[in-house]
Amino acid sequence: MDNKINIKVNINGDDYSLEVEPNTLLLDLLRNKLGLTGTKLACGTGECGACTVIMDGLTVNSCLVLAAEVDGKNITTIEGLSKNGELHPLQESFIEEGAVQCGFCTPGMILSSKALLDKNPNPTDEEIKIAISGNLCRCTGYKKILKAIRSAAQKMAC
Amino acid sequence: MHTNTRILANKFEYLDPKSLSEALNILDEYQKKNIKILAGGTDLLVKMKTIELNIDYLLYIKEIAELNFINTSNGLSIGATIPFSHIIKEDKIKTEYTALYEAIQAIAAPAIRNMGTVAGNIGNASPAADTVPALIVFDAQVLIESKQSKRTLFLKDLFLGPGKTVLRNDELITRIEVPEVKPNTGSAFIKKSRVKADLAKINLAVAVQRKGQNCENCKIAFGSVAATVVRAENTEKLLEGKALTEELISKAAQGVADEIKPIDDIRSTAEYRIAMSREMLQDALSLAWARTYSEAKPNLKGGGE
Ligand SMILES: Cc1cc2nc3c(=O)[nH]c(=O)nc-3n(C[C@H](O)[C@H](O)[C@H](O)COP(=O)(O)OP(=O)(O)OC[C@H]3O[C@@H](n4cnc5c(N)ncnc54)[C@H](O)[C@@H]3O)c2cc1C
Ligand code: FES
Ligand code: FES
Repeated sequence: MDNKINIKVNINGDDYSLEVEPNTLLLDLLRNKLGLTGTKLACGTGECGACTVIMDGLTVNSCLVLAAEVDGKNITTIEGLSKNGELHPLQESFIEEGAVQCGFCTPGMILSSKALLDKNPNPTDEEIKIAISGNLCRCTGYKKILKAIRSAAQKMAC
Repeated sequence: MHTNTRILANKFEYLDPKSLSEALNILDEYQKKNIKILAGGTDLLVKMKTIELNIDYLLYIKEIAELNFINTSNGLSIGATIPFSHIIKEDKIKTEYTALYEAIQAIAAPAIRNMGTVAGNIGNASPAADTVPALIVFDAQVLIESKQSKRTLFLKDLFLGPGKTVLRNDELITRIEVPEVKPNTGSAFIKKSRVKADLAKINLAVAVQRKGQNCENCKIAFGSVAATVVRAENTEKLLEGKALTEELISKAAQGVADEIKPIDDIRSTAEYRIAMSREMLQDALSLAWARTYSEAKPNLKGGGE
């Protein structure tokens, strides 16, 4: 029981034509095949958000998406955020506000925040909390993360 | 039980039809084999990682464009593959099917709501599924199609037990139909869980229709208190034709525990569930009753994606 699947996918602006196994997860594809190890694996069951990426504008847990499913899709991972060596305002703010400790949750946290700010440039605290409610952080206590997202929103508004 | 959530060890063949007729043909041809329908994967892929399922074929239905819709012109018609986060963008869900709106908001977190579907929530047949009690109090029906047949069932008649439905191997839920809400109807959904994103220890949806000062019609559905989602029909009858005063609501709450059969499991105990069912019924009924007055429009928070 097995068949190879050919997919075409755009990841961080680059087009890829790839052959994947049916049981390859999007997470495996990113980390193991493409070396995009910014996307993290922790729980593997959709609960922690470490593996969050943006697919066609919406966040998904890449540990629960088959690589075969992303045929024809646009994916953004944390590696796709900086442009020409410049960090994205969210990345800058996370550093400035001390919102990164061990850093394991950070890529997912930033992508959930980006998906929010792309649609809602001026979110309330409540909206920010909902947007990152699927991203667990065991280090920071969230306060600095909230602050970083607020400050990035302000920067992006200017 | 072998548990390795880091990889998907199961080997299977992946089938991704682009049309409904193609999907139904595949189900017809493979019905005697180990085939499973895959939508958002938020239940199925977790299960495939954590329990031995013996799946040889996965039928991925999200490429079927004709199932990815929501239509609100006459009641609600929800296609099988539209994700939760798109459904709750419809204002009508918030204003008229408030319990369903609240149930969807109570599911996990944005990424899961971007992936998961109502048909998957139903197909998984968990007694804790959040949208099921909410859909049942609005008399939802499910359209089930196969190559050979087409049938419509009331959602409440679909479940046989945890993980078990009346669906045949060659059948697919294609859409969920919910009738138009009657005037002066109010509804509410309440869930108790360990943390917000968890599955329910107990959940409850209520819809009441008011005529003048009295309750004309009332529907109450509890989840996670029996092998399937259950209606509290005796309590519904007790309330119908009467004004929902505080005294009556509290009387109903005392009786409702007799209508549920909770068990002890990993999420909670029977004792907790019985005690909570009373409190939750009072809260949900009061809220739904207040919402039958149009001036008491629900104050609901935005969803986020
Ligand atoms: C971290 C996490 C938190 C969760 N929290 C909640 C929660 O709070 N409340 C809640 O109710 N659920 C919760 N869930 C469970 C899950 O997200 C929902 O049940 C969701 O609705 C499943 O939809 P899906 O499209 O992902 O289904 P899938 O996983 O793709 O499928 C689920 C089942 O339904 C079958 N199926 C799917 N589509 C069809 C169809 N069209 N016709 C027939 N059968 C079909 C599949 O074969 C499978 O058996 C959670 C899951 C995770 C991972
Ligand atoms: S690793 Fe995917 S949600 Fe935890
Ligand atoms: S910084 Fe360590 S988990 Fe968030």
